[in-house]
Amino acid sequence: MARELNLRADMRSEIMEINLGPHHPSTHGVFRAVVELDGETVINIVPYLGYLHRGFEKTCENKKYHQIIPLTERCDYMGASSNSLAYCLTVEKMLGVDVPERAQVIRVMMAELSRIFSHLFWLGTHGHDIGAMTPLFYMLREREEIMNLFELTAGGRLMPNYLRIGGVSQDLAEGFIEKLKSFTDHFDARVDEYETLLTKNVIYIDRTRGVGFLSLENAIQLGVSGPMIRASGKAWDIRKSEPYSGYEHYDFDIPVEKGCDVYSRYLVRVDEMRQSNRILKQAIKLLPDGPIRATVPGKIFPIQEDIYTKMESLIHHFMLVVDGCRVPAGDCYQCIESPRGELGCYIVSDGGSSPFRLKWRAPAFVNLQSLAEMCRGCLFADVIAILSSIDIVLAEVDR
Amino acid sequence: MNQDRIREKLTEKFGSDILRFDSSFDGISVGVPPEKVLDVCHYLRDESELKFDFLSFVAGIDHYPVQPRFEVVYQLYSVKNVQRMRLKAKIEDRDGNPPSIQSVVEIWRTADWHERETAEMFGIKFLNHPDPRKLLLPDEWQAHPLRKDFPLEGTEEDTPDLPS
Amino acid sequence: MGIENHLDNTVHVTNLEWFVNWARKSSMWPLGFGLACCALEMIATFVSRYDLSRFGMEVARPSPRHADLMIVSGTASKKMLPAVLRIYEQMADPKWVIAMGACACSGGIYKNYAVIQGIDRHLPVDVYVPGCPPRPEALLDGILQLHARVMKEQSIRNPRLGAIKVAGR
Repeated sequence: MARELNLRADMRSEIMEINLGPHHPSTHGVFRAVVELDGETVINIVPYLGYLHRGFEKTCENKKYHQIIPLTERCDYMGASSNSLAYCLTVEKMLGVDVPERAQVIRVMMAELSRIFSHLFWLGTHGHDIGAMTPLFYMLREREEIMNLFELTAGGRLMPNYLRIGGVSQDLAEGFIEKLKSFTDHFDARVDEYETLLTKNVIYIDRTRGVGFLSLENAIQLGVSGPMIRASGKAWDIRKSEPYSGYEHYDFDIPVEKGCDVYSRYLVRVDEMRQSNRILKQAIKLLPDGPIRATVPGKIFPIQEDIYTKMESLIHHFMLVVDGCRVPAGDCYQCIESPRGELGCYIVSDGGSSPFRLKWRAPAFVNLQSLAEMCRGCLFADVIAILSSIDIVLAEVDR
Repeated sequence: MNQDRIREKLTEKFGSDILRFDSSFDGISVGVPPEKVLDVCHYLRDESELKFDFLSFVAGIDHYPVQPRFEVVYQLYSVKNVQRMRLKAKIEDRDGNPPSIQSVVEIWRTADWHERETAEMFGIKFLNHPDPRKLLLPDEWQAHPLRKDFPLEGTEEDTPDLPS
Repeated sequence: MGIENHLDNTVHVTNLEWFVNWARKSSMWPLGFGLACCALEMIATFVSRYDLSRFGMEVARPSPRHADLMIVSGTASKKMLPAVLRIYEQMADPKWVIAMGACACSGGIYKNYAVIQGIDRHLPVDVYVPGCPPRPEALLDGILQLHARVMKEQSIRNPRLGAIKVAGR
């Protein structure tokens, strides 16, 4: 692990250990690392996690299945609707529920908007870490437009809590589709604008090309997924290889780069934003009419109109709120392609109305393991660039 | 490469008396005794037709008060074949003998942090782990929060606000 | 422009306390102490849509030595608490604390072994801004309420000394 040290005999030189974090403007949250330096060169970096450990998995064992949805959204607060999608898909698989077409398309819209949302914030903060402050302010403008869209769905700007087991909570509001259409119309031009700032910028290329090299076999050994493995040459996207929620009906490409460095990850994420916009445009055209939640009395919440008019629906709703739905015993793992990689939810059920065990496979937690591998031998300033290229969200890392 | 083929190959190599095929909602789930985990994992990764080279996660489950109490779950994925499977090992919690199992870090390097987290949350010891320190919890805590007999809100002695 | 327009080349009478309070609240520098999700809404409050710099709080310093106001946004876990207290101690007097978000006010949706049930168990909080996460308008309202409180403080006669307290004592 330690390379040959250049310690000179005539000067007193030793390895310097620097503490980075937990309160640091560039660590994207409460992340602490101890960096061992020989001059400016990094010898080893040891991350210390747990500063945002909130006991998510233990809390889920004490809540009913429908009460866990807001908890999952707060795990990865950048792309909140992706998280609840992974969780809802797992429970629906265990219940054997088929989600209606309209709800599937709406879920895809929310997932892709979350992906754009997350990648925009990544772009802004990554640029800020490298030293380019302009992308940060530009992307915050875009994010406000997306937050307006989220607000129209279910009221929350950041964490709308819109998805439910079996579908979504309510139908799209008046004017949502028009607003989404105008967003998708001008978003491509905006991505071009962001690219003019960084893609051919000599300073940016100098700082990121060749930095943070992660070969494909190391990436697979370390369990890395998402844009990081696509930047190392493997065209692996769970939306294409194991489609869920109707993704097989959409036509989109998987951006792949062979550079294995920070610059490639930047290119992959920018292209992913364009592909997400493409999916959104198709989703607007494909949106069918129909119910927005499956009808399984006793397991799935009935829709609001039925609760107000039909007696059985009122009783079912009451029983579900008080007792929760009982999921058959067994275990299930369902993963989706979140903006960070393979986001999976593993639920073990004992037949009751709370999960017996819920394991959240967080991509940022696994991807962060590659930090030490990528940082050895680089300069200290590159550590910040590499850390931001992994795109971590501490709430997901620590759960 | 489908589930029956995996079942066939595993039974051929290890014999059906040590393997336990469970039903699950999403494909194949194999139970093995904890002593055999390392051999089975080597086979699953290295065998040319199976090639499970990607470990999604390592998780622990506490079945208190049923014995064997703990279960370690390995979720595997084959990048080449686009196939997922699950491997489980039940560990007993005997008095005076902390539950332990071989670490699979030498097979999949990503197991490092997953096993550290499972070890501190459940109290399972992973033998031959290169770095068995605590990961998410404060270093002074001795408790194992995800065990079923640990209260959700913690206790003043085990999980204090400030280290004393 | 600015204060010169109001001075009008004449004599102004006020009391020193009012003047000191006015100066303090007009240029209170926040410490961006973003712990979790509420940090995103705090950032949204800082930028151009809900501009915080019109209240004199543009200079958001990451270093506690330069900051006056600590906005604890997000969940304070038990492992993070010693760092939070240390940063609070490093800030110079006078200093104020806003607990932003349900997790900082009272532990939020995480009532378990790993989360401090409200940082007011350890820090003297001036304004609580509930929400999960609170909208930027809510945070602005909390900050303006803090400004109003600062204007009413007896800063000369009874200066505030922020002190760490231990829960229950």
